[in-house]
Amino acid sequence: MKQALTGNEAAAIAAKLARVKVISAYPITPQTAVVERLAEFVANGELDAEFIKVESEHSALSACIGAAATGTRTFTATSSQGLMLMSEMLFVASGLRLPIVMANANRSLSAPLSIWCDQQDSMAVRDSGWVQLYCENNQEVLDSVLQAYRVAEELLLPVMVCFDGFILSHTAEPVDIPGQAEVDEFLPPYKLPNPLDPCRPVTMGPVGVPECYEEFRCMLQEATRASKEKLIEVGRAFWKHFRRRYGLIERYRSNDADVLLLTMGSLGSSAKDIVDSYRKRGEKVGLVRVRSFRPFPVKELIDALGSAKAVSVLEKDVSPGSAGALFLDTAAAFINVKRAPLMLDFICGLGGRDVSSLHIREAVRAATRAAEIGEVRKAVRWLGLREKLVGLRI
Amino acid sequence: MREELVEEELFAPGHRACAGCGATLAVRLALKALGKNVIVANATGCVEVISTPYPETAWRVPWIHAAFENAAAVASGVEAALKSLGRRGVKVVAIAGDGGTADIGLQALSGAVERGHDFIYICYDNEAYMNTGIQRSSATPFGAWTTTTPVGRVKRGKDRPKKDVPAIIAAHGAPYVATASVAYPIDLIKKLRKAAATEGPTYIHIHCPCPPGWRFDSDKMIEVARLAVLSGAWILYEIKNGRLNVTIKPPKRRPVSDYLKMQGRFKHLTDAEIAEIQRTVDERCRHLGVG
Repeated sequence: MKQALTGNEAAAIAAKLARVKVISAYPITPQTAVVERLAEFVANGELDAEFIKVESEHSALSACIGAAATGTRTFTATSSQGLMLMSEMLFVASGLRLPIVMANANRSLSAPLSIWCDQQDSMAVRDSGWVQLYCENNQEVLDSVLQAYRVAEELLLPVMVCFDGFILSHTAEPVDIPGQAEVDEFLPPYKLPNPLDPCRPVTMGPVGVPECYEEFRCMLQEATRASKEKLIEVGRAFWKHFRRRYGLIERYRSNDADVLLLTMGSLGSSAKDIVDSYRKRGEKVGLVRVRSFRPFPVKELIDALGSAKAVSVLEKDVSPGSAGALFLDTAAAFINVKRAPLMLDFICGLGGRDVSSLHIREAVRAATRAAEIGEVRKAVRWLGLREKLVGLRI
Repeated sequence: MREELVEEELFAPGHRACAGCGATLAVRLALKALGKNVIVANATGCVEVISTPYPETAWRVPWIHAAFENAAAVASGVEAALKSLGRRGVKVVAIAGDGGTADIGLQALSGAVERGHDFIYICYDNEAYMNTGIQRSSATPFGAWTTTTPVGRVKRGKDRPKKDVPAIIAAHGAPYVATASVAYPIDLIKKLRKAAATEGPTYIHIHCPCPPGWRFDSDKMIEVARLAVLSGAWILYEIKNGRLNVTIKPPKRRPVSDYLKMQGRFKHLTDAEIAEIQRTVDERCRHLGVG
């Protein structure tokens, strides 16, 4: 059944379809509607779940940890400052290997305070041991939440489904809502191997003495690496059930491209339009969109980008003192590879700054120029910056 | 009373607490009172650290530790999960020290009590951050030396009174709030049983002397705890549906100096300072109707 849904609604409906048993969340712009919709579902009896209306995001994730450890399917949603307040518990959730699923409506970080979109919030916690998926549209939001539970529960890893604040969270798009019976078939009821249960006492979250701490981290790293295969496998199962394809990356007219754009999230769909316009003129421009940022699809990106002459990364985040995170990880992917494309990084769309077709074309032109001259003069640049306001020539 | 207690040690011996630890005695008694049908959410702190160096554990009941400030929030999640699974008869117990309760965990505790989760919150109060090496918390009493309230030429120990957390929780309208002491195990056990029989959020605040932190010999732990009650420095009461009832009334109150002088953390106090503390204790005792 197709319905016009915002990203927030898609996330809430997906949680309902997943038959979550415990929801623990705190409102924050632009995620609030997720919380409101789920509260309605529970209030109407459409969803048989406990909804803990916590007093902070820190407690939201803490309560999810308690609920997941007791063996129930749990869900939370947040954005920005809320994710930052949760950050301590993000590491605890992954360290305890609890399959919690979270929807994160991407929003910038204060200061200055900004409620608008960029991806600095989830990028800031990329080392927290959560699988991170970035969605291009609202259909993908719904589908990714369903897939996230399969991945989370089969590997005992928490999964964060990220979607751009306002651009997706508040924009309605036609979304195909699968039937409950189909979802039940795809996503069977969940059973944690060793839950908190007086019949069989377990100790969860002990002190990791130096003789074992490193091994715990290594096991987390291995599970996260294994989640690559699991994401692919679950993507295949999803295709069988719902006829929509998902992988670690999405390639768009990229096979023979000389110049490639690389991005994440809703920028993917804007970039596709630009790619089409270049293709119309016979120029070999393509796009690669990273869907899974953690685990990072190293092999897939080497395959997808390796034969291009130059790649422009468009990303809504920056690591001050370094560069954008997607650029850094992509550059690192080619570290021991003989043939690597030239790479440019374009920081853009921070704090809700619009990324227009002109900006995307600028990134294509820069990559084309780099390909022509065979070198990159300036690797990290800003797009759409009001240079007069900065007072510096960037 | 004895026959009602679980004979089995649910908090196993062999853990790494200091000799004469009041907090671990409180936990041991609490589990004996509550029995096996519990799930414990433990905050970071002495009890957590000494009981679970991987791969060892002292807990013979299901136990989870997530962080310092969120025992009440984790307990909220466990309780909601049990509800959603239709599991009845399992009591959720949050355990935290005074730092994890009165300071960093106060928000999570307030939230969980306000939401009305069915759980028992136990604060083992050793009156400072003992796990990190004796730093003041808001539950450290007036005048006490700690490493962050040192006795110097200008400042002489903690210059603020102890935060009254039981009163804060009672103000939330929690159906059962009580104070307890490891020196009065029967009183402590009765209160935990009452908490277990109460539906909704209940709060037990247990006074737990700490030999290394309070600076006294470990064989004097019960004596110190008892003198706190006998002098009125720590009052044992319960608040049931808003009504306060003192459960142990010392027949004739001992001077507070008897309690203070057993502990090195108060050894710098002058007679005038002790008299000031005595005045505060007297006032509070009068207020609560303790002789």
